[in-house]
Amino acid sequence: MLEAYPDNRLARILLWSFCALVMAFLILPTLVVVPLSFSASNLLEFPPRAYSLRWYETFFGSATWMAALRTSLILGTLTAMIAVPLGLLASISINRLGGKAAVAIQGVLLTPSIVPGILLAIGLFFVLAAQRLVGTLFGVLVGHVVLAIPVACIVLLPALARFDWNQVQAARSLGANWARAIGGIIVPQLQISLLSATLMAFLTSLDESVISIFVSSGQNSTLPKLMFISLRDQIDPTIAAISTLWTVIVVAVVLIVTLRQKS
Amino acid sequence: MTVIADPFLAADARRERRFFLSLSLPALFIVGLAAILPIVWIIRQSFLTTAGEYTVGNYEKVLSSGLTWSALVTTLELSLGTLAICILLGTPLALALASARPRVANLLMAFVMLPLWTSILVRTYGWLVLLRRDGLINAALTGSGLTAEPLPLVYNFTGTLIGMVHYMLPLFLLPVYAAMRDIDANLVRASASMGATLGQTIRTVILPLSAGGIFSGSIIVLIYTIGFFITPAVLGGGKVNPLSTRIERTLSTFQDWGSASVLGILLLVLMALIGVMFLAARRLIAGHKVGTAHA
Amino acid sequence: MMKSLPITIDSVRKAYGSYVALDDVSLDIRGGELLTLLGPSGSGKTTLLMALAGFVRPDSGKLLLGDRDITRLAPNKRDIGIVFQNYALFPHMNVLANVEYPLALRKTPKAEARQRALDALARVKLEGLAERNIAALSGGQRQRVALARAIVFEPRVMLMDEPLSALDKNLRETMQYEIRRLHDDLGITTIYVTHDQREALIMSDRVAVMNSGRIQQIDTPQQIYDRPSTRFVAEFMGEANIVAPGSVRRIDGADASREALMIRAESFHLDAKLVGRDGVALDGVLRAKAFRGENWLLTLALDGGQEILVSIPAALASGCAELAPGRRLTAYAPAAKVHAMPGAKA
Repeated sequence: MLEAYPDNRLARILLWSFCALVMAFLILPTLVVVPLSFSASNLLEFPPRAYSLRWYETFFGSATWMAALRTSLILGTLTAMIAVPLGLLASISINRLGGKAAVAIQGVLLTPSIVPGILLAIGLFFVLAAQRLVGTLFGVLVGHVVLAIPVACIVLLPALARFDWNQVQAARSLGANWARAIGGIIVPQLQISLLSATLMAFLTSLDESVISIFVSSGQNSTLPKLMFISLRDQIDPTIAAISTLWTVIVVAVVLIVTLRQKS
Repeated sequence: MTVIADPFLAADARRERRFFLSLSLPALFIVGLAAILPIVWIIRQSFLTTAGEYTVGNYEKVLSSGLTWSALVTTLELSLGTLAICILLGTPLALALASARPRVANLLMAFVMLPLWTSILVRTYGWLVLLRRDGLINAALTGSGLTAEPLPLVYNFTGTLIGMVHYMLPLFLLPVYAAMRDIDANLVRASASMGATLGQTIRTVILPLSAGGIFSGSIIVLIYTIGFFITPAVLGGGKVNPLSTRIERTLSTFQDWGSASVLGILLLVLMALIGVMFLAARRLIAGHKVGTAHA
Repeated sequence: MMKSLPITIDSVRKAYGSYVALDDVSLDIRGGELLTLLGPSGSGKTTLLMALAGFVRPDSGKLLLGDRDITRLAPNKRDIGIVFQNYALFPHMNVLANVEYPLALRKTPKAEARQRALDALARVKLEGLAERNIAALSGGQRQRVALARAIVFEPRVMLMDEPLSALDKNLRETMQYEIRRLHDDLGITTIYVTHDQREALIMSDRVAVMNSGRIQQIDTPQQIYDRPSTRFVAEFMGEANIVAPGSVRRIDGADASREALMIRAESFHLDAKLVGRDGVALDGVLRAKAFRGENWLLTLALDGGQEILVSIPAALASGCAELAPGRRLTAYAPAAKVHAMPGAKA
C-alpha cells in the first residue's frame, strides 16, 4: 500500500521497529514461562541457574492436578461432540431460511459470546443451584456447550455460504432423504471447516475459566479453575510447567491443522 | 418474485421452512436454557430477598453504596484505558501489516493471533512473572541500574491494564487490519501523484477510510472489557475492583445473591448503553460521511 | 498557458527476476503532443507509464521532464496528473472535495480552490454534480471526475492508464472525443496507454507500438497503419494480409516485388478499372463470404497457397451476393496501398 512512497525510509524503519516492539509485547508472556518451567528453584530467576523437571513431576504426580486435567479433557471432548453437530444443524437452518428468521436465530445463538462471561456464570449458578446441580459435571458441561455453539456457528456459517447447494438438490432428486443429504453430501465436503469448528469448540471448553470457577467445585474442578485459585494465592512454579505444556500442545495442534488445510 | 397461487405448493413451501426451522431447535434450546434463562433468572433474583420474597431492597442497598459506584468507575477506567492504548498501538501496527506484501502480512498476522490460542491463565501467569517486584522486568531494571527500587507494576491498576491490553490488542487489530487491507492501492498512488506527503496521505486518505474498522474494533474492546474477570482478579491483587470482581465478592464471600444480581443487571445496562451509543454514533457518522478535502 | 514540457525516456530497463518488462526503451515525446503507448498486455506499456509516474523504479536508464532529471524523484514531487484505470476517486469525499484535493495540498486559498475545481468540472461537462457522493455516480461520470482532478492543478504532463477500458462502447467513443478535445484545449503533454488500436488511431498525434518490453515503431497513426515496419505492428493494427511476392502480379506486367507485401483488407477492389495500371492483382479461389452490413468480407485462397481477407464496401459490392464459394476471383489493389515488408516471412 505504501509503495507509492519509496523514499520515506525513516518512516518505514520507525514503523517496522514499532511493529517489532508490539509483537514482542504480545509474545513475551507466553515465551517467558517456558524456561521457568525447567528451573530447579522455586524462586523467580531468569535465566534459571539450574535446570530440572521437578515441576513437571509435581504436576503429573499430583492427584488433584491430574483429576482437574482429566475433567477438563473430558469436558472438552464432550463439548465438541455436542456443540459441533448442533452448530452444524443450526448453521444449515440459518443458511436455508434466510431473511428475518435467519437474523433472529443468529442473534439468539450469538448471545453467549456477547454477554459478559461473569453474567452467564452467576446466572447459570442460580439456575443450577435451584436444581441442586452446582458442582456437577453436567452443570459445567452445559455452560461450556452454550459457549461453544456460537463459536462453531462462526466457523461453519461462512463455510456453508460457500457451499454449492445444488449438490444437495441433485442428491434429493436422486432419492436421498435429508439425513443422507446432510450426512453424505454436506458433511464430507465441509471436513476442513468441521475440523476447525471441533478444534475451536474443544479449545473454548478447555480454556473456559469464568463459568468453571463459579459452577464447578471439588472433584469436578477444571484445570483452569485450579490454576486460577493457585494464581490468586501464590505463584506456584507448577503452573509454569502446565502453561508450557498447554502452549506447546495447542500450538502444535493448530499448526498441524493449518498445515493440513494448506495441502 | 413470483406469487404462489397454488395452495398445495404453498403448503409444501411452509413444510420445508418448518423443517429447516426445526434443525436449529436443539441449539436454540440449549442457548435458551443456559444463556437466556440464566439472564432472566438474574433479573428475577435481583428482586428477591434471601427468604424468597419480592423486594426492591437489593436495588436500594446496592445503588446507594459507594462501593458500587467506585466499581463502575473502575470498570470504565479500565475499559476506556484499554481502548485508548489499543488504538495507539493497534492502528500503526495495522498500517505496517497492511503495507507489507501479502505473504509477509499473513505470517505476521498468524504471529499476532497466536496469543489468542494460548489460555488466558497462561498469559496472566506470564505477566505475573514479568511484572512482580521479584519479576523479570524489575530484575532487569534494577540490575542494569535504570531504577534504584523495583517498580510496582502488578497487583494494581497498571498491571491490570497491561493484561487487558495484551488480551484485546489482537482482537482490536483484526477489523482495523481488514479495513486497511481493503483500501485500493491506487488511492494512495493517486494521492501521491497529486503531491501529498506520506503524512498527508495517511491523514487524509488512509485513516478516514480505516475509520469503520477502528470503530468496529472499539466496540469489541469495550464490550469485552467491561465484563473482564480473570485479569483484574489476578493482576489487580484485590485492589482493582471493577463490577465483575465485586459481583464475585458479593456472591462467594457474602453469599448475597440479591445484591450480586443487582450488580449483574448494572453490568448488563452498561453493556446496553455502550451498544446504543455506538449505534447512534454510527448513524451520525454515516450521515456526515462526505467530508472536505481541506484536512 | 504554460508551455508544455517534452519528455525524454533514455534507455530505461526494468526486470522482475528473469522477466524483462522494459528492455532498453528510449523515446522522445514532444511538448504538447498526445502520444499513445499501444500494445497487448505484458508489452510493458503500463510499466513504462508507471515508471514515468514514479511508482516503478527503473533498474537503469534516465527519465527527463523538460531538462529536469526525474529518474529518482519521489512520485509526489513530480507534479504529473494521472488518470488511473479504476479512476481511484476517494470514496470518503464528494466530487468537489476530490477535485479540490490537489489544490488543498498546495495550500491554495479555499475560495480560489473551490472556483478552480468548479472550472475543471465545467471543462469536463460535470457542472452541477459538485456536491454528489462518488458512489452515486455512473462509470462515465466517475471518469470525468478523475479527469477533472488530474487537470485542476495544471500539471505539465498527463498520464492516462487505459482510462476508458471499463466503459461500454458508445460511452467510450464519446469519451475518446472528449479527452482529445480536452487535450487540444489545454495543450498538456499527454501519454495515453491502451490496447485498443482503434482508440490509438483516433486519439493520438503519434503512436508507439510496444511488444515484449520494446518499442516496435513510433509514428503518426497514418504511418503506423499504412506503413508498419514489422509484422507485429502490421497485424496488431488490423487484418494485415501479408503475402509472399509470388502470389502478387502487377497489372501492367512489370516485375513484381521480391519482398513480402502487406495489403489491408479494405484496400482491395474486385473491379480492375478502379485500380491504376501500376496496381497489383491477386488471383485465387473464393473460400467464404460474409455480409457485415457496411461491407462484404471475402476469404480468398490465393494460388500461392495463402488465404487473404478482402473487404468490399457495400456500395461497390453489387454482385457479391451471387458469388459462390469455389469460383475463381481476382482482387486488385492500388500501388499506394501496397506496402513492402522486408524481412517479414509471408
